[in-house]
Amino acid sequence: MLDRIHKAQRVMEAACESLGRQINIMEVCGTHTVAIFRNGIKSVLPERLKLLSGPGCPVCVTDQGYIDVVLQLAERDDCLIATYGDMIRVPGKGGSLETKQSRADVKVVLSSEDALQLAKDNPEKKVVFVAVGFETTTPATAVAVTEAVEQGVDNFLVLTAHKLVVPAMRALLSAKNDNIDAFLCPGHVSVITGYGAFAEIVDDFGRPCVVAGFEALQIIEGLAEICRQLSEGKAEVTSIYGAVVTEKGNVAAQEITAECFEPADGYWRGLGKIEKSTLRLKDKYSRFDALKRFNITETPGEEAKGCRCGEVLCGLIDPPQCSLFEKSCTPEQPVGACMVSSEGACAAWFKYGGIRKSGHRVSG
Amino acid sequence: METNRHDRILLAHGGGGKLTDDLIRHHILPKLKNDTLAELGDSAKLNLTSEKICFTTDSYVVKPLFFNGGDIGKLAVCGTINDLAVAGSRPVALALSLIIEEGLEFELLEKILTSISRAAAKNNVNIVTGDTKTVEAGAAEKIFINTAGVGVRLPGVDLGCERIAPGDKIIINGTIGDHGMAIISQREGIKFESQLQSDCAGIGELTCKLLECSRGIRFMRDPTRGGLAATLNEISRDSGLSIEICEGEIPINPTVQTAADMLGFDVLAIANEGKFVAIVSPESADDCLEICRNHPLGADAGVIGQVVETRDVPTVELMTRIGGRRIVQMPYGRELPRIC
Ligand code: SF4
Repeated sequence: MLDRIHKAQRVMEAACESLGRQINIMEVCGTHTVAIFRNGIKSVLPERLKLLSGPGCPVCVTDQGYIDVVLQLAERDDCLIATYGDMIRVPGKGGSLETKQSRADVKVVLSSEDALQLAKDNPEKKVVFVAVGFETTTPATAVAVTEAVEQGVDNFLVLTAHKLVVPAMRALLSAKNDNIDAFLCPGHVSVITGYGAFAEIVDDFGRPCVVAGFEALQIIEGLAEICRQLSEGKAEVTSIYGAVVTEKGNVAAQEITAECFEPADGYWRGLGKIEKSTLRLKDKYSRFDALKRFNITETPGEEAKGCRCGEVLCGLIDPPQCSLFEKSCTPEQPVGACMVSSEGACAAWFKYGGIRKSGHRVSG
Repeated sequence: METNRHDRILLAHGGGGKLTDDLIRHHILPKLKNDTLAELGDSAKLNLTSEKICFTTDSYVVKPLFFNGGDIGKLAVCGTINDLAVAGSRPVALALSLIIEEGLEFELLEKILTSISRAAAKNNVNIVTGDTKTVEAGAAEKIFINTAGVGVRLPGVDLGCERIAPGDKIIINGTIGDHGMAIISQREGIKFESQLQSDCAGIGELTCKLLECSRGIRFMRDPTRGGLAATLNEISRDSGLSIEICEGEIPINPTVQTAADMLGFDVLAIANEGKFVAIVSPESADDCLEICRNHPLGADAGVIGQVVETRDVPTVELMTRIGGRRIVQMPYGRELPRIC
């Protein structure tokens, strides 16, 4: 393995040399962010190759307005909130689901399937599934919705914040951060969407998009492939994730998603409103749509004071540049969403970050 | 027998009257029988071979009470034994306090007591004194256990962080993260939970053997809550020295790694209950390793890293498989409540 790493290192060095400037590569996915930190990948890269963490952690990019709707629903006696674990600690208006947990009905689930089961087990409650995530999780939500139809589970409601990766990449490049030279794209999303989904980024913006898995070697070889393209003045979509990623992706998963959902304009933390970037339930499934059932409109929310999650998610700053980082904002007491999720850039920097007072943090 | 009329613990079982007496004489004593305990005095009288002793206590609130590879009873015995062992002593006697929630089934209590008795026998310690309290339903969760323990310090053995020097080697006696992942995956109901087994065990016999055979051991600690990451950070902080460990050398059961990845945990920060970290002089590392590997609780032992001079602040660094480096932070501790 070390041979291949050294080879990749040489390619990266040569690219930095020939371009004669800093190369900025964004890893779009939170799973990549964590893998990069855990494997100490930054320590083996050339100094002039900078990795930026992108808007790829579902909890992080979920707009504050959505969080506030969840918290509002948690207050209702007739609702039971079913949510993935990471979500319950995101702070919003008047607390978080965790702080409300003692009073309200909040259950942590591992899958949409579990949420549907909760609905069946609690017929007297409206079970609201907090559906966040990218293309990887959406098909499972769609399956749960179709099962709810088949089994007549009318008290199963979906509060959807499912998001699409490519519109966010477009928004970043066109409005927020022009300094991104290329994208390292997530393998598991590409298994569903197909690597062809990234072609528009290459065509419209001329930025290389390389799909890689989450093993350290793949990440490094992915970065080297990007460097090779940049130094040759090329921009291509390439997958080094192996045969599991095809150009077209998992058509069955795309079909079930398309059966239930359609793209709509949506709000993102840090990126604001992005056209056709969020998935909402189609009209024929509107009875499962929590917003419609409760007649709520989601409005963009406000970030906590001083929190710079927005800039972190756009790759404009590294978390330590936020003045709250490690001071008033820690995984114990997160101020913003990027410190809550284990895949969030702030949490990853906190957990694995640079040389600091190691051993002096108070252990719980 | 009076208590036969009940199949659950009543609040009155802790009232100090006849029911308490029944509970102790008919349920607890028969399981934990030994001469000192049988006296039921206000204090146990111990005849120790030395005045130099180690003394420790710990409380156990693990959830669930029964898990793959152990239960709260075995944990309460082994955990305290291990604290004594890594301090350089031979564990000899334990005190056992049970805080029982009203309504606990006798059957469960018996199972836990059987397990306590087995663990004590296996590790050659006696339960010499104890106490039982009951609390109303809701005031505890089924049962909490406190154990305190006494160990006789091994002659000529003096362990301490101040003895650690750059160049010293770091040994662990086996795979890490097994206990924590067994518990958490059972709680989360993960599919392959049955393949995950806690490493819960008393390490006193092995540590005594090591200390008797080698004079090169500087310091030992059991990496329980906060796992290897917490223990190494404590050692680094207290010695003022830095530590480098090699990812490729750290023994990890692949299923534990998969489960941890799935749930987003760092195995380095996951609790162990049958492990010790030993900092040993470079000359003695090979001998120590061999002693470990010849013991059932050390079959997977390995030298995982070394102590180095501190450049800036004392730091624990991991050399990753790809030749990278990263800091191993002190875990912040909210990840796994009630792990022991
Ligand atoms: S460190 Fe905390 S406050 Fe600062 S950007 Fe990150 S999450 Fe927001």
